[in-house]
Amino acid sequence: MSDTENIAIDVRDAVKRYGDFTALKKISLSIMDNEFFTLLGPSGCGKTTLLRMIAGFEAVTEGAIYLYGDEIENLPPNKRPVNTVFQNYALFPHMNILDNVAFGLEMRGTSKSDARKKAGEMLELVQLGQFSARKPSQLSGGQQQRVALARALAPQPKVLLLDEPLSALDLKLRKAMQLELKHLQRETGITFIFVTHDQEEALTMSDRIAVMSAGEMQQLGAPTDIYERPHNMFVADFIGETNLLEVSVDGIESGRATCHLGGGHELTCNAVEGIGLGSKVHMSIRPERLYMSDTPVESESLKGRIKENIFVGTDITTIVDLQDGPDFIVRTSNSDRGNKRIFEPGSEMYVNMELGAGRLLVD
Amino acid sequence: MTSKQFDIKTYTGFKGITLLCLVILYAPLVVVTIYSFNASQSLTNWEGVSLRWYADVFTGPESAKFKTAAKNSFIIAIIAATTATTIATLAATGMVRGGKFRFRTVSFGLISLPLMVPEIVLAVATLIFFNSIGFERGLLTILLAHIAFCIPFAYLPISARMQGIEDSYEQAALDLYATKRQAFTKILLPLMMPGIISGFLLAFIVSLDDFIITNFVKGAGVETLPTAIFGSVKQGIKPNIMAISTMLLSVSIVMVTISYFVSKSDNTK
Repeated sequence: MSDTENIAIDVRDAVKRYGDFTALKKISLSIMDNEFFTLLGPSGCGKTTLLRMIAGFEAVTEGAIYLYGDEIENLPPNKRPVNTVFQNYALFPHMNILDNVAFGLEMRGTSKSDARKKAGEMLELVQLGQFSARKPSQLSGGQQQRVALARALAPQPKVLLLDEPLSALDLKLRKAMQLELKHLQRETGITFIFVTHDQEEALTMSDRIAVMSAGEMQQLGAPTDIYERPHNMFVADFIGETNLLEVSVDGIESGRATCHLGGGHELTCNAVEGIGLGSKVHMSIRPERLYMSDTPVESESLKGRIKENIFVGTDITTIVDLQDGPDFIVRTSNSDRGNKRIFEPGSEMYVNMELGAGRLLVD
Repeated sequence: MTSKQFDIKTYTGFKGITLLCLVILYAPLVVVTIYSFNASQSLTNWEGVSLRWYADVFTGPESAKFKTAAKNSFIIAIIAATTATTIATLAATGMVRGGKFRFRTVSFGLISLPLMVPEIVLAVATLIFFNSIGFERGLLTILLAHIAFCIPFAYLPISARMQGIEDSYEQAALDLYATKRQAFTKILLPLMMPGIISGFLLAFIVSLDDFIITNFVKGAGVETLPTAIFGSVKQGIKPNIMAISTMLLSVSIVMVTISYFVSKSDNTK
């Protein structure tokens, strides 16, 4: 972060207000050169607003945005070396694919023949070379998506903004496009800022993720950070599936916190800064970090009874009733069945976890 | 198929009433069209098929009058429709794309009000206006009046079209380094074109067919086709009137049909 040369987009204390409504509350973040950066959050969290502020479609109420060190607030969208892939693609319906992709180049002053030649190369890059004479409506959703990508990349922007570009595609295509996008980003070396509400998508593609909610940034970090070390309830709950338990911290000793949860159960986990003795907080335990056995295996074992097993293809999700305590969700990989037992509903067993699987959350 | 029970077509008398309405609406037009091909001098006695009254329109004693009137009508219709369409396009761009501004609803009302006001009121008002500013009545007054009342007719299909165009297209153009002007001419205008053509044709036909306002604001001796026909009719209806009316009707039908299909065609798909 110290190397300001490498910061592509620097958002400093950016605030966006619409009348009385504050869409963004003092956001500051630095997006590095050549980074695949994701703004993740539920709808209405301000992620698209921030993206549109970078693109130039929304004014910044307070604060500033810098692009490679230059303030861009006073530049209209057409003067910003930044291109957008729109959610609905916004391909020009009256132009063929080639002209769509060549549009940005032409507007930048490239001659028509050069622009078309480059546009053709871009279409080859997204494997749509043979469709150049078609109109956008003659392509499938996935193909339109790739055209939108080629069109935005053709003028070689310094930063590419992607506004939930995969949300209209079906699951299989979306997965394929996720990989393709990631490869494209590596190949071109252009900084990508990707907006999505899909946490799985964000985890799959991003170098770093900013989790947003209600106009505020909740956590910024690499996918593994965000998934394994969520700061707060919102992040833990929003990213992936988790068991959220209300606990009271009874003792803190050499970096370990002893926590009580309902029904007299006790768990030990790593202490977290900002959590003091006696405080009532939440603990997050990922379902895949738990496993079941006949007898207690680890020091962190809780007795329980199986309520239900749910088969979800790759995994089996088990709902466990802890006596006098909250329900637990335990996920067992389908391929692991030899090592980790699946119990019949109604049977008693122990839920085990390694020390450190539980994570205490600040609020 | 319970929904079939509520189909309006199954109501008693549906067919009869529909037929009656169609007959009342179109029988006069059909009669005029058929009798325009009558070989007889008489309006009512059928004496066989002939094109003599069509020939009469072009070569008969009144042909010079009709030719001048027709020329006036077409010149006025073309200029009035073009001007009105241009104004309506700009108005629609401002109203639909101008964001929220204070008098937006009022502006929309003002633009479309002339459609609701009785034409005779508009005619009298326009006449009084020209008189009060001391305008000599003639072709120019007709033209100005036509431009004014054609605007709402051109505006409606254009703004309807524009509302169907998402503004993300223009944003994409701006994002791809187009200036606002280029975004308008290269993206918005082509997408609006079906609406614009449709609006132009409607304005054209409304101008071509207009009688009341024209009759009020035209100067002495200046005629358009509708006023010339009216003038002839006053001296007694001759079959050539039916021929000329049929021709005018054909032009209207062709224009309205084109307008309908153009506005239906969707170049965003």
